[in-house]
Amino acid sequence: MAENIRIEVKDVNFYYGKKSALQNVSMDIKKNKITAIIGPSGCGKSTLIRLFNRMNELIPNTRLEGRINLDGKNIYSSKIDVVEVRRRIGMVFQKPNPFPKSIFENVAYGLRVNGIKERKYIAAKVEKSLKNAAIWEEVKDRLSDNALGLSGGQQQRLCIARALAVEPEVLLMDEPCSALDPTSTRKIEELILDLKKKYTIVIVTHNMQQAARIADYTAFFMLGDLIEYDVTDKIFTRPSKKVTEDYITGRFG
Amino acid sequence: MRKIVSQRIGFSFLFLLLLITLLFLGTIIYFIAAKGVGAISWQFLTQSPKNAMTSGGVAPAIVGTFYLVLGAIVFSFPLGLASAIYLCEYSPKSYIINIIRISINNLAGVPSVVFGLFGLAVFVKFFGFGVSILSGALTLGIMVLPQIISASQEALLAVPQSYREASFALGATPWKTIKKAVIPPALPGILTGVILSVGRVAGETAPIIFTAATLYKRGYPNSIFSEVMALPYHIYGLMTEGTHPVQQKEIAYGCAFVLLILVLSVSFLAIVIRQRQRRKNG
Repeated sequence: MAENIRIEVKDVNFYYGKKSALQNVSMDIKKNKITAIIGPSGCGKSTLIRLFNRMNELIPNTRLEGRINLDGKNIYSSKIDVVEVRRRIGMVFQKPNPFPKSIFENVAYGLRVNGIKERKYIAAKVEKSLKNAAIWEEVKDRLSDNALGLSGGQQQRLCIARALAVEPEVLLMDEPCSALDPTSTRKIEELILDLKKKYTIVIVTHNMQQAARIADYTAFFMLGDLIEYDVTDKIFTRPSKKVTEDYITGRFG
Repeated sequence: MRKIVSQRIGFSFLFLLLLITLLFLGTIIYFIAAKGVGAISWQFLTQSPKNAMTSGGVAPAIVGTFYLVLGAIVFSFPLGLASAIYLCEYSPKSYIINIIRISINNLAGVPSVVFGLFGLAVFVKFFGFGVSILSGALTLGIMVLPQIISASQEALLAVPQSYREASFALGATPWKTIKKAVIPPALPGILTGVILSVGRVAGETAPIIFTAATLYKRGYPNSIFSEVMALPYHIYGLMTEGTHPVQQKEIAYGCAFVLLILVLSVSFLAIVIRQRQRRKNG
């Protein structure tokens, strides 16, 4: 059982200043599965996954209690290199955020900042990442164009390619489709299902159909509490808590 | 209906004020150009002053201004950019850092003659650099430092936080994030600030009176410890000293015209660079 677990969250409390955003959250994220995190706005979904790659440290005045283990090691231990944690756990953000650089340089960025200089290797890796992110065919003839000229859906797949290029073990996705149209959303969902073979994926979503379509496990949060966490089928067909049922049937939220 | 009328009146009033502003600017440029253009000639731009500064050119003053500007920017640009990077990207949001920020902004409001006296006391006397290009350039550099820091800070703060997050999430260190994800998009803003300070440095008189400038010098400076002629100080000298007010006045307007053209071209260059960088950044 334990070797199937990639991330363990143990008794996590998190505060923005004095305001508590997560209370006593404990959950295990399983290897090579898609875990969806759902819940109404402000329930702590994004806060939780931003803890997995220590992104919340960039926000001043925040405090974490409890521990988060990646493959059994506490990523908040003082012996751990935060840069290494972030390389191993990739992230795709809510709003597509390519750099104002060429398509090629966007994907090569992660390799370059990790000290890789060999040009052939970088070129091969960029191509492979763009293919894995299902955007290669659309951009292969204009790799030197500015990434900001791509459509929103293409930009988001480019950001996925950028995250894949550094070969992370876990891919965090913070509402990756919220700014996209249905066609782009479908493409990205297919992509996520495909990526499951190689990566552990944690996806925050506002869209319950999306969670039902792609996730193996679903966690329902409300006001910073983990209400229910189970296989997706069970959450959406036989939730064990009344409030979960109310939320997924659209009675609030 | 009444709303539309009052809107029209409001906008017309604003437009009128804009015209008045432009009128002042236009008058200054026209006045300097009309009075100064007559003095301009190849000889004026390439030769030294002659006959007690009643004829000849102002080339040493142009060269001197160039050296002073170059020295000031070489000194203040790296220092200012580094300070801005520290203040924006590294420093904890603390009380002391806030005081430092406020101090820098206040420093920008200190009269330039005060910087001149500071330069005299510190560079000329204490460090013993004498009245020289070095003392003048350092004084001018310190004078524009706040301006360069503020411009760089604004440019850095305008870079979306999402670029920093994307970079960190890919396993970049803070320094690599700054170097590769933050500075490139901020560069047009930073350069604009620097180039505008070039214009300011070129035109300032007070900071160099005691630290670098001389009214007349035979030939060109041969080291950073030489005194120099400089355009703004030359204008000041021609208008206040000497025994041939009529001829000197004409040369002074010529100098003013040259200085104006220099500053305007530098500003124009700033606009061109900014536009090109913007296009590159999309």
